[in-house]
Amino acid sequence: MSLQKSDRLVDVYLLVCAVLSTAIVVFIVLFVAWEASGSFVDPGVLSFVMDPSWHPTYSSYNLLPMLVGTLVIAAGALVVAAPLGLLSAIYLQFYCQGWLRSLVYRVLGLLAGVPSVVFGLWGLTVLVPKIAVIQQPGASVLAGIVILSMMVLPTMALSADAVLSQVSSELLLAAKGLGFSKFGLVFSVAIPSAKAGLATGFVLQLGRALGETMAVLMVTGNVVQFPNSLFDPVRVLTSNVALEMAYAMEGHRSALFFTGLILVVLIYALVFLSNRYFGGTHEG
Amino acid sequence: MKDRWLSVFALSAVVVIGLIFFVIVGDVLSRGAVSLSWDFLVELPERAGREGGILSVLVSTLLILSICISVTVVIGMGCAVYLSDAVASKPGFHKWVERSLDLLSGMPSILFGLFGNAFFCKTLGLGFSILSGGLTLACMALPLFIRTSQLGLQMVPVEYRHSAEALGLSRWTRIRVIVLPVALPSLLAGLALSIGRALAETAALIFTSGYVSRMPENLLDSGRALSVHIYDLSMNIPGGDVNAYRSACVLLVVILLVNLGVSFGATRVVR
Repeated sequence: MSLQKSDRLVDVYLLVCAVLSTAIVVFIVLFVAWEASGSFVDPGVLSFVMDPSWHPTYSSYNLLPMLVGTLVIAAGALVVAAPLGLLSAIYLQFYCQGWLRSLVYRVLGLLAGVPSVVFGLWGLTVLVPKIAVIQQPGASVLAGIVILSMMVLPTMALSADAVLSQVSSELLLAAKGLGFSKFGLVFSVAIPSAKAGLATGFVLQLGRALGETMAVLMVTGNVVQFPNSLFDPVRVLTSNVALEMAYAMEGHRSALFFTGLILVVLIYALVFLSNRYFGGTHEG
Repeated sequence: MKDRWLSVFALSAVVVIGLIFFVIVGDVLSRGAVSLSWDFLVELPERAGREGGILSVLVSTLLILSICISVTVVIGMGCAVYLSDAVASKPGFHKWVERSLDLLSGMPSILFGLFGNAFFCKTLGLGFSILSGGLTLACMALPLFIRTSQLGLQMVPVEYRHSAEALGLSRWTRIRVIVLPVALPSLLAGLALSIGRALAETAALIFTSGYVSRMPENLLDSGRALSVHIYDLSMNIPGGDVNAYRSACVLLVVILLVNLGVSFGATRVVR
């Protein structure tokens, strides 16, 4: 084979791979949208908000309780995990060095790799019974928030840490030279200058929390209802798909794909808005 | 005074993370490992998994994983090399590739499940099968693999490229003999991270590779992955908890080892 010919083959191979990798995300969104489009006819988009309840066997498809459940649990997890993640990042950047630091990184990395189904199993067998002691049934919004915040915490800490480590060392040195206390250094210099990156990181984690399936499915009890308290069981959109996909037909199936479409639109809208308002740093 | 409080809060946040890690990993390992025996790994599941072992589940998991990894490596390596090495004359297209990979890595796993079910199982007619599951996982692992390998490929010194070009080596030879060997550590790191991600995944597999816990006979058979096994035992099978914990213990140990391998490998490369 001539030099040129082999090079051309390689070029084609590389280009095909790049095009394929780029096309997958478009393809997924289009395919899910196509499957979801059936729901414009059956059951009709309005039924997702107007139907009395979610009872697919009786052609009743109200998604609102599950949408609310999803938002409440994801937001709750973010509220718990964001401060903890930021504080851990501050600890890593300003208070800790040497072996301790690498130990913390290692633990964070390993915790981020723990499968969601293992978090779910632990939540189901350890956490839920503990909550049930306080108030029945145990499988609840609270359990979902706790498990989910545990899951997003390590990535949250790592991404906040990556952003804080980008703060220019000259700026920090200058602040030190001016006699800033450590508190002032962190809250008046480092965090304000890393604000955009931190916000982007949090938004990405919110997206992850919205899309998490297994762990939430295993600890929230999966009753379709608007939650009235932290101890109420609830079902989120992702769990609903995972639970019912196996036997869903026709209108029901389209409704589940429509659910998927809602999720992906929600998450991409968040990413888009955060890029728009905080600039396009893609850390974490 | 404020400094004091900040250090206390920051330290306690890290302590909380440490506690979460040791409580969860400790619980799973202690509950699972106590009764774990070699027999559990080499026996077939019985009575819906309450009794017996996980041999068929392990085989299915390995098959799904090998499909996922081979597709990911073949396509992902090409894309990573394209992004870091090949024609840098189309920055616009590069940006598109990177942006869409970011979007892909932010996509929730359940979407991959929906897509895999509609496309691989239904449209391509592969049905609930190990092949569908592996291909679905490949879509999912791809961005992670590309990102990680790209980091290493970009670190290949540009002088190497210039000397290779000066010597009149073809691009293919240059990539094969110089670029890939130099970037090998990060390619392996990408590989290990993808394996970890694929092993951890459940939601994308439930309705692509399915639930069947029989020993798979070929790639078009449905096969139950280890993570799906854990889910099914703990949620749907009364009295499945013990074996759920044993399986979780196996899964967790494998994933922790893979991840530890990555971080040790990474520190060695940095040195």
